[in-house]
Amino acid sequence: MKQFEEKVFRIIMIGAALIILGVLIYIVGTIFFKGLPSLTWDMITKVPGGGFYLGKEGGVLNAIVGSVYIIFGALALSLIISVPLVMYINFYLPGGSLFSNIVRFCLDILYGVPSIVYGAFGFALMVYLGIRASLTGGIITVAMLIMPIMMRSFDEVARLLSRDLPDALLSLGATRYEMVKVILKQLMPGLITAVLLAIGRGIGDAATVLFTAGYTDNIPTSLSQPAATLPLSIFFQLGSPVEEVQNRAYASAIILTMIILILSFSARYFSSKFLKTRI
Amino acid sequence: MRKLRIVKDKTARLLMLGFAIFTIMFLIVIGLSLFFKALPIMREKNLWFLLTSSSWKPFKGDFGFLPFIVSTIYVSLIAIFIALPFSILTSIYLNSYASKRIRRFFEPVVDLLSGIPPVIYGVWGTLTIVPLISNKIAPRFVEFSTGYTVLAGGIVLAVMIIPLLISIMVEVFRSIPVVMTDASLSLGATKWQTVKKVILRKSFPGIIAATVLALSRAFGETMAVLMVCGNIPQIPKSFFDACYPLPALIANNYGEMLSMPSYESALMFAAFLLFVIVVLFNGASRFTLNQIEKRYQFS
Repeated sequence: MKQFEEKVFRIIMIGAALIILGVLIYIVGTIFFKGLPSLTWDMITKVPGGGFYLGKEGGVLNAIVGSVYIIFGALALSLIISVPLVMYINFYLPGGSLFSNIVRFCLDILYGVPSIVYGAFGFALMVYLGIRASLTGGIITVAMLIMPIMMRSFDEVARLLSRDLPDALLSLGATRYEMVKVILKQLMPGLITAVLLAIGRGIGDAATVLFTAGYTDNIPTSLSQPAATLPLSIFFQLGSPVEEVQNRAYASAIILTMIILILSFSARYFSSKFLKTRI
Repeated sequence: MRKLRIVKDKTARLLMLGFAIFTIMFLIVIGLSLFFKALPIMREKNLWFLLTSSSWKPFKGDFGFLPFIVSTIYVSLIAIFIALPFSILTSIYLNSYASKRIRRFFEPVVDLLSGIPPVIYGVWGTLTIVPLISNKIAPRFVEFSTGYTVLAGGIVLAVMIIPLLISIMVEVFRSIPVVMTDASLSLGATKWQTVKKVILRKSFPGIIAATVLALSRAFGETMAVLMVCGNIPQIPKSFFDACYPLPALIANNYGEMLSMPSYESALMFAAFLLFVIVVLFNGASRFTLNQIEKRYQFS
């Protein structure tokens, strides 16, 4: 009897795992199947032409470039804060100090705050500062979203670093600041993983840029101009009643999915350099 | 020369401390600013009215949030009910049964599922789940459904929270000391009996914490749900009615409401509500998970 139960549950469990795998394949498959026929070079090399939203010529270069601008701006902004912060709570403060635990707890909560709340807060902040929907607004809001992601995953790597290295450096007479500079080199693969994860989350999120970055058919040339983003471009094209435009939404979805796949696998590559695999 | 080094170190320390305080303050600032933005509407109507009235007529000044709150809860609960069995079974499988190779293989699967952007989930949902519900599932229960329903939102959301649930649960299961499972196995229990009587029982708080965390993620998910759930401000009567969760409400209306101060305040109230719930849920479950992790470190 108990052997029978064992077998039944083993099959159910394998079934559950296979269904999850199947759903992933189903999602990626659906996107590719629907989008491939409309995926052309024009999609990624041209900005929307005159009749783009009626199904005529053009592509989504504006959205691709806009997304890239925003994510790199946000990345720069959040790196400036994340790296020193993680170094501080790990290597300046003594291990297990109350303050670093409080900071970590706050990061955990910030990580869970929905992107739409960041979007609403970012917009309120922009109104307060008198900034219109623009590249600047998008960069600031996306930076708020990806900062906790970056800090948390970088912190996880930093915590795993053996204590020998910092201790050796300190005993050689280095100041903590000099010590951190050496440690950072050691932690580079971990930082790269954290950055790639943050890019993946930031580039795919629509709710943060919905009100803060605006939307335009042109490639922005200054920080005060609005910028299109890939997720929003997919969303708007999908809302069109014209079939060609909807098909282009699927093609744009392939572009976004490809970006995410590449980011995810490179993040995995860098983290496998640093960590023994988890799960 | 020697002095300069010390000065550098001191400056860096101060700067970093500043960043750390900034991060803590950031959370408080978001909460406070949303609160003050929401204050006008809370003064105008009382809080109880806002939460329990189901009349949503912004242009007449009626702001009843009940339909949106109920929609959010329905969609999230469906998502949890679908996602939980799959996640528990898969994480047990990965933790206690699967070989190292299968585990290695499954890691990127979970990673990718959690990395796929909400918009892509939304596209997938409109392409597959919505027609499935409207053509196949709904006709068996109700006369007509567009497919843009509570159920569609729940299913898409379920897929989105599965990776979060799995990654936390695997951690929780792993925190159970090997001695315990070994003791059970050596007494002649089968693997499944060990899972049932030792692992599941021992990790119950962790599973609850993971569920609460996933629930709070589900509450705040915007784009994917917005694309499949119909967006009609009503209290859904069945799984096959359209609904309108809070995040979708904010996303759909935020740009247009600046001309009406009370409307803006009402949407900020929605954001504040979302923020408070998510912070409470997150705080509680992270606290529990941290306790579990600590116990693991010392055992």
